[in-house]
Amino acid sequence: MTEQITLDNLDDFATGATVLGTGGGGDPYIGTLMARQAIKEHGPVKLLDPQNVPADALVVPSAMLGAPTVMIEKLPRGSESTDAFEALEVYMGQDAYATMSIEAGGLNSTVPIAVAAELELPLVDADGMGRAFPEVQMVTMTMGGISATPMSIADEKGNSVFLETQDNQWAEQFARTTSIEMGGSCMIATYAHTGAELREHAILNSMSLAREIGETIRTAKENSADPVEELLKLTDGFELFEGKILDVERRTEGGFAVGEATIDGIQSYEGRLLQLDFQNENLVARDSKHGIVASVPDLITVLDAETGDPITTEGLQYGHRVRVVGIPCAEQWRTDAGLELVGPRYFDYDIEYKPIENLQS
Amino acid sequence: MNGHRLGIDVGGTNTDAVILDEADAPIAKTKTPTTEDISSGILDALDEVLRQADISGDDLEYVMLGTTHATNAIAERKGLNDVGVFRIGSPATRSIKPLLEWPNDLADAIGDDIAILDGGHEFDGRELNSIDESEIREQVRAFDHVDSFAVTSVFSPVREDHEERIAEIVHEELDDDIPVSLSHEIGSVGLLERENATALNAALTSVAAEAAQAFIDAMDERSIDAQLYFGQNDGTLMSVEYALDYPIFTVASGPSNSVRGAAYLSGIENGIIVDVGGTTTDVGALTDGFPRESSVAVEIGEVKTNFRMPDLIALGIGGGSHINIGPEGKVTVGPESVGYRLTEEARCFDGSTLTATDVEVAASDLDIGDTNPTVERDTVQKAREYIRTEVERAVDQMKTSPEPVPVVVVGGGSILIPTDLDGASKVYKPDHYEVANAVGVAIAQVSGEVDRIYSLDDQGRDTAMDDAKAEAKSRAVEAGADEDTVEVFDIQEVPLSYLPGNAVRIKVKAAGQLDR
Repeated sequence: MTEQITLDNLDDFATGATVLGTGGGGDPYIGTLMARQAIKEHGPVKLLDPQNVPADALVVPSAMLGAPTVMIEKLPRGSESTDAFEALEVYMGQDAYATMSIEAGGLNSTVPIAVAAELELPLVDADGMGRAFPEVQMVTMTMGGISATPMSIADEKGNSVFLETQDNQWAEQFARTTSIEMGGSCMIATYAHTGAELREHAILNSMSLAREIGETIRTAKENSADPVEELLKLTDGFELFEGKILDVERRTEGGFAVGEATIDGIQSYEGRLLQLDFQNENLVARDSKHGIVASVPDLITVLDAETGDPITTEGLQYGHRVRVVGIPCAEQWRTDAGLELVGPRYFDYDIEYKPIENLQS
Repeated sequence: MNGHRLGIDVGGTNTDAVILDEADAPIAKTKTPTTEDISSGILDALDEVLRQADISGDDLEYVMLGTTHATNAIAERKGLNDVGVFRIGSPATRSIKPLLEWPNDLADAIGDDIAILDGGHEFDGRELNSIDESEIREQVRAFDHVDSFAVTSVFSPVREDHEERIAEIVHEELDDDIPVSLSHEIGSVGLLERENATALNAALTSVAAEAAQAFIDAMDERSIDAQLYFGQNDGTLMSVEYALDYPIFTVASGPSNSVRGAAYLSGIENGIIVDVGGTTTDVGALTDGFPRESSVAVEIGEVKTNFRMPDLIALGIGGGSHINIGPEGKVTVGPESVGYRLTEEARCFDGSTLTATDVEVAASDLDIGDTNPTVERDTVQKAREYIRTEVERAVDQMKTSPEPVPVVVVGGGSILIPTDLDGASKVYKPDHYEVANAVGVAIAQVSGEVDRIYSLDDQGRDTAMDDAKAEAKSRAVEAGADEDTVEVFDIQEVPLSYLPGNAVRIKVKAAGQLDR
């Protein structure tokens, strides 16, 4: 049976997106409400199995780009995404077969659901990160030689900008500057690619994983099971720590919300501290006894100790009882090329990446 | 004039009153049943405490009222206004309509008069779109049947001019007296949550006016010429005029008042507060004498707002809770309760319902009610064990470290709580515990708040912070605080990620003693 994204399972996608958002990626709440209104108006969205996309069909991912604080205030008009999308179709001289998320974590997991509903196109069950990352070039498609451009950028006022750049890093830079001029947030259509390229270079089935994560946490709560345990079973993840937040330090560096949270261990972690470094997303977790227990690109997510609800870095607050989990990232990120793009050194940490399962053994 | 203070707390069950002398020590207290017509309940309580304190109404310098009217109106969808909801931000924001996530019955209760109009600003204060005066006038006239308006403009916490202009137009077109709630005065950045809070506020102005009028009438009736205040969510005070315009700020004042009162009566500044009423028990945390606030968005009547409210766990256990004896002798307590009918329905008052109060009366030599009910020893033990377990679990959840902390028990149902709670370094039941709410509102300070986005590249962090602090302090003084006692008690700084110009959002709250 074809999977559908409906008003009934939308919240599961949103919960899963927050878990995969690893503390950042923007709050999926706004994207979820946009998707809710769009589904109400246009009907459910078909979630398309990547294997069923014809090899020469055009997949055009869509995303919202900008500052999360602007996004929660200046909500999109709704039509800017379709404007951006249709402009790109005209430029490429080919109709899109489907849209897709470039980022399965955070806000950009649910925004393309709204875009798909508006355009009455299916959404491919895949993305380019398998989690959330802060910059446009940080997708597996970059390693596959797929260009972020031609990219179209549109705002609510009816302005749109077209980019053709030398590489994907330049696309990030120009898109970011444009978003500021557009008032801190805009919609983009980018990384157009074929069905064949999709299967070779994207991270497959990540949207249905988000839905399964949300479903797992919700049903565990309903059945009084431990939501965190169930989540770890589903994702082959590891519990890294449990404790109470002692301190959160935040500052802005180069436009990123940078900071550290210190968590004081309880239960079997008593007597130890966990230091969690974040730059929008959680990047490195250091245990006072065992040293580094997980690092980017593996996923580090903080969950409410009782309910298993994921907590973003903005929501980290003194006294909150939390459990920290680590989930292995997509295999593509563990290659040399992958680590060059999103490894600890890209984020200025002078540490060697070790897969989370090796650190845990 | 002689500087006495009167604190009144009108709850769903009881109206409590307390008089504090010049040194803020309680010298009179009472608990009377809340009446259908609010002012007669206030008068009964007022007369009783004046008699006990042996002072006249002229000796009262300040009178403070804590009330749950607004909270109940939302919960019961009763007495709410029809609201004209204006969002100013088109062409942006249309992808999520106003009130999209509201429960249907609540949305129906305020009518279906919603419009998204041109206007609004960008994060940096640039105009997003200009407002269209003729469009607004036309829309206002189309909504001429509503009781009040709620106006929310994009980035109004940065630039409020569009909201102000809409208010002027509403008054020009309709009537000078029609209430208009402006979002920049109510919430912070986060359009949907601020819009929700503003719409709820506009829905409550009639209920607030009624409560305020009852309060004023009661004072006039006894020729009391004191300054009148309402308690608000953060445990500080606001003037009656302010409460008429911003009733939404009273919805969580009850728990805040009891936390503040408990701190004052016990002298404990940091610990856990257990407030036991007739139907529920609120467990909250005390941080440096103030209620700890919740870190997550708070829902009011199932509607998301971005208010900061006291972090609370509510248990369905109170003095009037039913004792349920299940199969195999399993005993549970609540959540059903006889509530204000305790003095008719509880066994110790010759009624037929076995309540939590009966269990305590039977188990000890408490002098409550008319008779000492007979309750099986096994039931007493199991009911007490049930209450203990529930309260201990809630206390543990609210603590921020594994070490035992002081626990202060207040409220009319305090007898239910054992004095050897697990996780407590000591359990305090301070004098006057039963009227802690009224004490909390009577001792409250007045406050001012500011929440604004600054570009640190333009002015440097220190200048921005000084500006925010000065603004918060002057707002506290405007609200009636003595300038010399005003202090900043909360600062929050949130860097705005991705934006250059080093943009930062600064929130500052300041409070001071009432001028006396």
